[in-house]
Amino acid sequence: MTIRAEHEIHQRRKGRNVGVGLMLAAFVVLILALTFVKITSGDFEMPRIEEGQ
Amino acid sequence: MTDVSYQSQPQEAEASLGDYFALLKPRVMQLVVFTAVVGLLAAPAQVHPVIAFASILFVAIGAGASGALNMWWDADIDGVMRRTSKRPIPAGKVTPDEAKVLGFALSGMSVMMLALSANMLAAFLLAFTIFFYLVIYSMWLKRLTPQNIVIGGAAGAFPPVIGWVIATGSMSIEPWLMFALILMWTPPHFWALALFMKSDYDDAGVPMLTVTHGRKSTRKHIFAYTIPLVILAVGTAFTSIGGPVYLFVALVLNALFLKGAYDIWCRDEAQAEADDYKVEKSVFRLSLWYLFLHFGAILVEALLPAAWGIWA
Repeated sequence: MTIRAEHEIHQRRKGRNVGVGLMLAAFVVLILALTFVKITSGDFEMPRIEEGQ
Repeated sequence: MTDVSYQSQPQEAEASLGDYFALLKPRVMQLVVFTAVVGLLAAPAQVHPVIAFASILFVAIGAGASGALNMWWDADIDGVMRRTSKRPIPAGKVTPDEAKVLGFALSGMSVMMLALSANMLAAFLLAFTIFFYLVIYSMWLKRLTPQNIVIGGAAGAFPPVIGWVIATGSMSIEPWLMFALILMWTPPHFWALALFMKSDYDDAGVPMLTVTHGRKSTRKHIFAYTIPLVILAVGTAFTSIGGPVYLFVALVLNALFLKGAYDIWCRDEAQAEADDYKVEKSVFRLSLWYLFLHFGAILVEALLPAAWGIWA
């Protein structure tokens, strides 16, 4: 049996949940942008792996 | 039993997202963001806009986290004081535990993310600021000494230093001048407020200077703290973050502020009550513009081309 969001409490919490969801999505986009900027900047170096390891 | 039937009796005053946001003290965050941005832009280094934006955001979140932790710790005081009685915890919308968890979680997240987006020194300074505001100020000295405001001002003074360190990765004298400006500005600003919000601090039992040393002494303290503030604020014009625009702004504002502080010192309670604390209220309002315009002038100097004769 599926649980349906028909209780009033779901309505009240919907705004809060949508807000948290949007903030998490924005955080993901921010991390993506930061990562892109960091790895495309001039001073970024990949860690070197010693030969034979 | 479904989750719906289990939670069929929800809280009357269930918190909205806005209530959790209010825990972060948005007005304090505005000041933190502004002064940190000024510190970042006044620094002699270029930062990628994405890194600058993310870093300032993490500083703002860290400041908000310390605000939530302060509200958790001071919930008893906030409930008594008229100015703070509508905050989410005394209003019954958010529990103290929720504020504590949110505060600690955002503190950890903001410090770690600032270390990744900017550098370790900036992250350390943010962590120290949160520690200072929560432990040194809120937990320890706020309820112990009438100099609490002076110490609390130090926590609010760190953001421009953090902004500078985000850009440069190192320290120098200029961000500490901005630090000192906020530090010295805080006591006259808050004591002017305490003079006309008088019953609040008395009722809460916070050892505000007005309660412990009396109102006459508070008036003297406001003037005494204003003198070094004026010297510092005008003197900053002749450093690398100052310039003619800053000097002009500083001369006007400090003349007005010194006059206001002198007027407060010369008045007694009878005069103040007769005109409903007109001078104290106007000095408090001026103090808000005072800090905003000083940092605005530093920002203007940073954004103008460096071709200013003796300041170049």
